[in-house]
Amino acid sequence: MSQDLILKVSNLAKNFGGVKAVNDVSFELQEGEALGVIGPNGSGKSTLINLITGFVKPSGGRIIYRGENITGLPPYKIVSLGIARSFQMAKPFYNIPVFKNLIIPLYSSRARKLKGGAYGDRDEAAIHFLEDVGFERDSQVPYKAAGALPHGYLKRLELARCLTLEPDLIILDELFSGMSMSEIASILPLLAKIREEGKTLIMVEHRLRELFRVVDKAIVLNFGGKIAEGTSGEVMDNEEVRKAYLGSEVLSGA
Amino acid sequence: MKKGYRKERLDRGIKARTDDIFAICSPREIAYIALPRFIVIGALLMFPLLAVLTGIYWQNVLIITCTIALLALSWDLLASAGLVSLGQALFFGAGAYVTGFLSHHYGWPPILSVPAATVTGALLCTMLLYPVLRLRGIYFGLITFAMPLLMMRIVEATKILGGTEGLSGLAPLPGMKVELYVIITVTLVCVFGFRRLIDTDYGLVLRAIRDNDRAVMAGGINIQWYKTQAVFIAALPATFAGAFLTHHYQFVGMPAFALEYSILPLTSVIIGGTGSFAGAMLGAFILVPLSEVLRAFGTLRVVIYCLILLVFAIGLPEGIFHYIQRKYYQFERLVPVEEIKK
Repeated sequence: MSQDLILKVSNLAKNFGGVKAVNDVSFELQEGEALGVIGPNGSGKSTLINLITGFVKPSGGRIIYRGENITGLPPYKIVSLGIARSFQMAKPFYNIPVFKNLIIPLYSSRARKLKGGAYGDRDEAAIHFLEDVGFERDSQVPYKAAGALPHGYLKRLELARCLTLEPDLIILDELFSGMSMSEIASILPLLAKIREEGKTLIMVEHRLRELFRVVDKAIVLNFGGKIAEGTSGEVMDNEEVRKAYLGSEVLSGA
Repeated sequence: MKKGYRKERLDRGIKARTDDIFAICSPREIAYIALPRFIVIGALLMFPLLAVLTGIYWQNVLIITCTIALLALSWDLLASAGLVSLGQALFFGAGAYVTGFLSHHYGWPPILSVPAATVTGALLCTMLLYPVLRLRGIYFGLITFAMPLLMMRIVEATKILGGTEGLSGLAPLPGMKVELYVIITVTLVCVFGFRRLIDTDYGLVLRAIRDNDRAVMAGGINIQWYKTQAVFIAALPATFAGAFLTHHYQFVGMPAFALEYSILPLTSVIIGGTGSFAGAMLGAFILVPLSEVLRAFGTLRVVIYCLILLVFAIGLPEGIFHYIQRKYYQFERLVPVEEIKK
């Protein structure tokens, strides 16, 4: 595993009116690492992702990706540099078949450039990527309307949408939310495989136990600010983190 | 106990067989696919030859019908990319005034000025609409609604391009038969071309922008650029319609930005059905001749017209074309439903 800096976020801030959704957050990520982003509801996790991927313009701070300043770039440019994201709410294009959903990222300039403009048959490439995330080629599922997919498959489709862009940094926004234990269990090997390929991963999660089976370290957000950073043990033993999750009365009363 | 029945819709066997490559199996199956298209193409191409039956009046009606159909096709393509336009008159007027300008000031013949106006007009409209492309839904609609009204007032206030008088005495088109064949051909090319375009991967990206633009952005696609392209492509038939009709009347004036060029295409698509382009065309081919027939009723014309609109909008919200298509593809049958015994 190479130890090159892939992402450096410094003093990132976003204000919505008077609300500091993300406040002075800094962290670094090495190539091939996996980072968890945790924190209570409304702590600014999703906003942080939106800032990095260009969906929201930051009010302050810098995001450096492989030595290049990507602060405030539009999403499509950030994707073309190799950062792909999934959404917390998996909203596929409902009326078209599942595999056709992947035609859209395959049509992007990044995907077309990667294979010298020739993924050849885009439909075939789409099916191939669906197979990678556990859809069966010969079953009916990839050809059905995406709106008819069960929730677990929608999340897989989200993951596949990221992978079609062959990114170097994958950002997954609450991939596990709404998935059953068995669905998560079946997706964990996939994430392990993605890591083995040397891809860098950022995962926003509420499901801490499952999260720490994938990531090496995590940062903890609360009220938009970073309150802790470290391995699972370090983070969970941090008193401020426990306060943030459990409420201060519980701890002081105990 | 009364037995319950449930309505069931099934694809016809021939539909299932002709869905894909199997269409080449038998003449009957080829006909199933090709006949509806050939009837439309054939009927339209025959029309100018039947001048004795139709007379000059209905030939003129056909030209206006095709014009509205082109505007409706343009609307439908914009809507496929999630851009709901309430101002098709902008495109129409742009095409009309550009050709009027070229013809009046530089004496260009229609064979040059109409294509030039089609492209230039579409470019101008795209540039005008570019800043508002990031608006969605009703906001985009309201801006497009205001645009033609704005242009009309600019022409009136600044007295450019003939002001309230308009530009008259423009070069005529070479004869009725040529006119009819040109506009019929363009309409047919446009409807089949758009149907094909929207089925390609490119069209898929446009439709995806309508469904969920954030997911398309996350897919690494510059949606602003794709919307711009969609506006340009969609503007082409509409500016052509404007330019063509200008030479047909040999006149261009402020009515080129009139509300009817925004409203009629919109109602055509609603009546005919959105998203299929054939629906937009069918809608125009029902509404425009209908409004001509209703002239016999004098003042009651608008009332009857509105009533018909109401009936279709409520009775067939999916659109006439989609209804016909469903009947053609599927059959319905009643299936007895077993009583649940306790």
